[in-house]
Amino acid sequence: MTLQSFATVFSNSLFLTFIAGIPLFAYWRKVKVYESFIEGAKEGFGIVIMIIPYLVAMIVAIGMLRVSGAFDLLAAGLSPVLEKIGIPADVFPLALMRSFSGSASNGMAAEIMVAHGGDDYASRLAATLVGSTDTTFYVLAVYFGSVAIRKTRHAVAAGLVADLTSVVAAVFICSLIFSA
Amino acid sequence: MLNGIWLGMIIVSIICAIINGRVDELVVAVTDYAKTAFELALSLTGVLVFWLGLMRIAKDAGLIQHLANGLRPLMKRLFPEVPTEHPAMGAMIMNIAANMLGMGNAATPFGLKAMTELEKLNHRPGTATNAMCMFLAINTSSVQIIPTTAIAFLAAAGSSNPTAIIATALFATLCSTIAAVVAAKFFEKLPAFRIKAKEEAKE
Repeated sequence: MTLQSFATVFSNSLFLTFIAGIPLFAYWRKVKVYESFIEGAKEGFGIVIMIIPYLVAMIVAIGMLRVSGAFDLLAAGLSPVLEKIGIPADVFPLALMRSFSGSASNGMAAEIMVAHGGDDYASRLAATLVGSTDTTFYVLAVYFGSVAIRKTRHAVAAGLVADLTSVVAAVFICSLIFSA
Repeated sequence: MLNGIWLGMIIVSIICAIINGRVDELVVAVTDYAKTAFELALSLTGVLVFWLGLMRIAKDAGLIQHLANGLRPLMKRLFPEVPTEHPAMGAMIMNIAANMLGMGNAATPFGLKAMTELEKLNHRPGTATNAMCMFLAINTSSVQIIPTTAIAFLAAAGSSNPTAIIATALFATLCSTIAAVVAAKFFEKLPAFRIKAKEEAKE
């Protein structure tokens, strides 16, 4: 069995344990599982309708940023500095994009890995970055949108501190372990 | 802060698109991504409805309360404003647990449910509470134990040892989660972010 299929089997069995285990346990505890499910599921619609405007606002802005090539421009300018501190020039746009969009940064990571091969330092740094943060702006827009919060106070700042820390930590640990 | 960032994203995009000669693509992108956003919301609906249904079963069976009791000391420290018996605690725990296990599809519904519950404790609608900011900071820092997507990507690119990044990603994610918690606790006391005393007096 290849490792890739191992990862799939792992997440699939986790998933099945959840969706079979919870109702089974509840049934044993004499819960009316079907009625219970419907009762909870009803709440879903209201939440989705609330988040649509926020989702559109954020995803359009992220999409524009992605298409405009803004991050590539920045990376090109900074590349001499970046190489010195252990960030390959094509990984830098990924590190920035990670705060904005999960699907975009996943796509960028996949491109880097195909270009450099699976065992290269750049690929491993890219994988570490993808595996260690979530998309701050997307999560913020959707979660706050669902309850119509407009004054976000320190949430953006705290999220960005977390993102920056993960990039610094990822570069530090990867250059320590993988670069040789 | 989101106002400035959102506007900044749009202005920077337009300027960079002009420099890079990608104005045509940018114009197309606006309509394309607006459409994508709505489609995303649609596809999210089914998943959201399903997981909220499952979560209700877990709640009715007392599973979530069990989990919440076990994690009470930690949760009480992170979210001192939230009563320990409040449903928000259970939803936040489910969200963080789903994130740890790498079940992003399940994490979002639990997270949105947690926000709805946290909003019930909010005396100032429209303004984020300390608990909300802390919860989001933890969420954006990601606490995934095994980064399955990253491993799958590496394996697909022909890596001889794709799981090598488990340790490095875990280190980075631990650092970022700690930073998120410390930052959220620190920032909430800063004058710039603190809720105005006048507003507080109204409670």
